[in-house]
Parts: sequence; structure tokens; C-alpha cells
Amino acid sequence: MDIGVIRGLITLVLMVAFLAMVVIVWSRRRSAEFESAARLPLEDVPLKHPAVQPGRE
Amino acid sequence: MSTVASDVTGMLGSQAQARIHAAYNDGIVRQFVIMTIVWGVVGMLVGVIIAAQLAWPALNFDVPWLTYSRLRPLHTNAVIFAFGGSALFASSYHIVQRTCHVRLFSDRLAALTFWGWQLVIVLAAITLPLGITQGKEYAELEWPIDLLIAVVWVAYAVVFFGTIALRKVRHIYVANWFFAAYIVTIAVLHIVNNIAIPVSLTKSYIVYSGVVDAMVQWWYGHNAVGFFLTAAFLGMMYYFVPKQAGRPIYSYRLSIVHFWALISIYMWAGPHHLHYTTLPDWAQSLGVVFSLILLAPSWGGMINGIMTLSGAWHKLRTDPILKFLIVSLSFYGMSTFEGPMMSIKTVNALSHYTDWTIGHVHSGALGWVAFMTIGSMYALLPKLYGRERMWSLRLIDIHFWIATIGVVLYVAAMWIAGVMQGLMWRAVNDDGTLTYTFVEALAATHPFYVVRLLGGSLFLVGMLIMVYNTVRTIQGSMIPADTPIPQAA
Repeated sequence: MDIGVIRGLITLVLMVAFLAMVVIVWSRRRSAEFESAARLPLEDVPLKHPAVQPGRE
Repeated sequence: MSTVASDVTGMLGSQAQARIHAAYNDGIVRQFVIMTIVWGVVGMLVGVIIAAQLAWPALNFDVPWLTYSRLRPLHTNAVIFAFGGSALFASSYHIVQRTCHVRLFSDRLAALTFWGWQLVIVLAAITLPLGITQGKEYAELEWPIDLLIAVVWVAYAVVFFGTIALRKVRHIYVANWFFAAYIVTIAVLHIVNNIAIPVSLTKSYIVYSGVVDAMVQWWYGHNAVGFFLTAAFLGMMYYFVPKQAGRPIYSYRLSIVHFWALISIYMWAGPHHLHYTTLPDWAQSLGVVFSLILLAPSWGGMINGIMTLSGAWHKLRTDPILKFLIVSLSFYGMSTFEGPMMSIKTVNALSHYTDWTIGHVHSGALGWVAFMTIGSMYALLPKLYGRERMWSLRLIDIHFWIATIGVVLYVAAMWIAGVMQGLMWRAVNDDGTLTYTFVEALAATHPFYVVRLLGGSLFLVGMLIMVYNTVRTIQGSMIPADTPIPQAA
């Protein structure tokens, strides 16, 4: 394969990866997870916190 | 756990052992915080001395180990790796425990990283003035010290990633992603850039030669800036700015996108240090393109940090710690605009080899890195000594203003000096001869070197105020027991 084609494909793959990340990160499904994650520095007491995995001691 | 601690718990039984495990390791953070302040003063003092030598060269007193050539690497190593490095150990150990709700993976390995890192710094402080050097910028230390750094760094990685693996919180907080990227990348950069053939205990030859050596060196050098002085300090920012502002980060989503963009793009920007050299032209252009793109993820972080204060700007009026953090982000925004601009080849033709570069570096190192460190240490230190806050908030405010004036004087002096040097060096007469001799440009620079010395001295005075405030905060305080880990319901 021509080096130019390979370079083009790499650019395409990286662009798709970036756009996929943006879509995944902005999906509404993740709102709750990110909201609780963003509060981690503010809360030293995470009782009944959604980000805390239950049952893991 | 230390040997003494395990003996004690052996006697006390499993209940006491469980109690020790249910607390954070605050001791290691306390050690690194104190050394951050100590090395900050030492590193900046050496900086002030060499700034004075540039204004008045006689100040080296013809003593070889006092010459600029030997003290300059001592200054850069002390402020980057001793001051900045200790601050990163302290904050990463603190943050990873608090956001994972678990004690550090291993107290013994953490202690190894503390004493190992201090030994590296002491060895640097001995060998560099003696003139023992590899001659690679920011990688001057000779091979035995490089090996010690590698051992300490692997221990650091084990402690950090071990703690992440043990975490009780499902989500890995964004600050830890930045620290993780920095720890992995610095390991790779340090090992690859320092591969050398030793010929004696104090002398080795790097395996690369010619332009390949230059490219490896600046791939290392620029990513030391990108990961040690940027990504890791963004990790510090993502914890201490929300904490101090009392509100969550402006956009958690933005933090994820700019993290991945930042670490993927930084890696390729190194060639901009080698414009108009024998490095192939395409590699130089690649460096320009990636440096320009870097503006986007850099400003993503800057905007995310500053906008965290949106709706709470009034806190800036009363909280000098927040002033340090937010002005730090402003300097970050400025230097990450300036950097891409200077990487453009036509701009670089004017700026390279002039004091503009020195101004740019210090706007980042003093304005961004040191301000972020100072603000975070002021936030962290009183809690580690069982105090509500630092002994004097007024002195933090005074420190803030003295340091700000110091940075502005330093950076403005170097900007003017740099642009002037660039213009004088390139000026040609109608017949094609140079308008100015080199020494004419040097003489024109002299007053700006004096202003730079004044700015740097003010910054050092600020650090001494911090030392006094720290001593008064610690004096008479009872070192509290390790903070208990909140237990999940």
C-alpha cells in the first residue's frame, strides 16, 4: 500500500476515535456518573454515594 | 506498613491493624509538602544567584563550581525535579487516596520514593556543581543517578497504580488520569533519553548521535514540559481548584476530552525546539502543526479550571489561596498561547536563542507551576498539621502580591530583551553586513537582566514569607493521627 494511503487511513482512524470519544462522553447516559465523579474532591464522606461500589470492602 | 508499625499491630492484634488500614497515609504527604517548600527556596535562590551573575559576571568569583555553566543546571533541576517533583509526589499521594477512598498501596514503597527522591536531589546538588554532567538539558544527571531515578519512579508507579487498583470508588477521578499519564510517560522519556554507555562512575556516552540525539533529547525535553510540568499539575488543579472553590469542576466531560487530546498531541510537538537545524524540514513542520493544535486542549483545561469559579467570583476577593490558583490558570492560558505562537517557524526565527524563550519558560514555571504549587500547599499544609487554616491569611495575600509583581517584572523584562535581541541580531545594512555586533546587543540587554534579577528576588522573598507562615502554622501543633477513611454504607 502507498505510504500516502496509510497516512490518510491513520488520520481517518484517529478522527473517528476522537469523534467517538466526544459522542460517548456527551451521551446522556453518563450524566449521573460524571456528576457524582465531579463531586469526589468535595466529599470526603461518600455515604450511599452512587460512585461507590457497594459491597466492596 | 513500616516494620515498627507491623510489630506494634502484631502486639495489638487485628483490631488495631484494621484501624491503621482504615486511615489514609498522611505522613508521606506531610514529608513531601515540607520538602517542596525547602527545595523551592533552594532552587529559586540558585536562580537568583545566576540571574545576578548574568547581570554582573564577576559574581562567580572565578570559582569553578560557582560558575553560571554549573549552577544553571542545578537551578533547573532543583526547581523542576526537587520543588515541582516533591509537590507532585505530595499532591498525587494525597489526591489518589482521597478520591479512591483507600490507603496507599504500600507505605514501605512510598517511603522508598521519599528517601530515594531526596537522595537523587542531594546527589544532583553535589555532582552538578562539580561539573559532572551528560550535557543534555534537563537530563544532566549521570548514569548512576539516572538508574536511581528509574528505581524510584518504578516504585512510584507501583504505589500509585496499586492504590488505583485497590480503590473503593468505581470511577477513577480525572486528576488521577493526569497523574497516571505523567507517571507512565516520564518513565518512558527518562529511560529512552538516558540510554548510555558508561565508561566510569561519573562519565558515560549517550548511544544516540547527531540529529537523532537532538531529536530524542527534545522529544524528552518537550514532553518533560508537557507531562511533568503540565499534565501532572493539571491533576493538582483538578483537585485543589474545585476543593478550594467549594464547587465541582465546570465540565467533567470537557476534562475527559481535553485529557485525551492533550496527551496524544503533546508527544509530537518536540521538533519545534529544533527549527532551522539539520533536522529534516518535514519533522520541523510536523512539530509546528502539533504545537498549534495544542492550543485547543490546553485552553480546554484553562477554561475548565477558571469557569469552575463561575457564579462564585466573589470568593477571589477574600481567599488568597484561590487567587494563587486562578492566577496560575491565567498564566497557564497565556503561556499555552505564547508557546504555539513561538513554534511557528517565522516567529521562531526571531525568538529562538533570545531571552524571549527564557521569559516564556518562566511565565509557565513561575506563573503556572509555582503558583499552582504554592496555592495547593497552602490549602493542604494546615490540614496535615491539624490546623483549620494557615497561621496568617494576610501573609498569604502579601505573598501573592509580591510573587505576582515578581513574575510580571521577570517575564516583561525577558520579553522586551528577547524581541530586542532578535531584532538586533537580524538587522543588516544595505551592503549586507550586520548592523550590530553581538556585544552591542548584550550591552543593550544589561538593564533588563537587572530587572529580571529584581523580579526573581521578589519571587524568592515570597517563598521566604511562605516558610515563616509554615513554621508558625506548624509550631505547637500536634501532628494528628492519619485521617480515617470514610466507610461505604
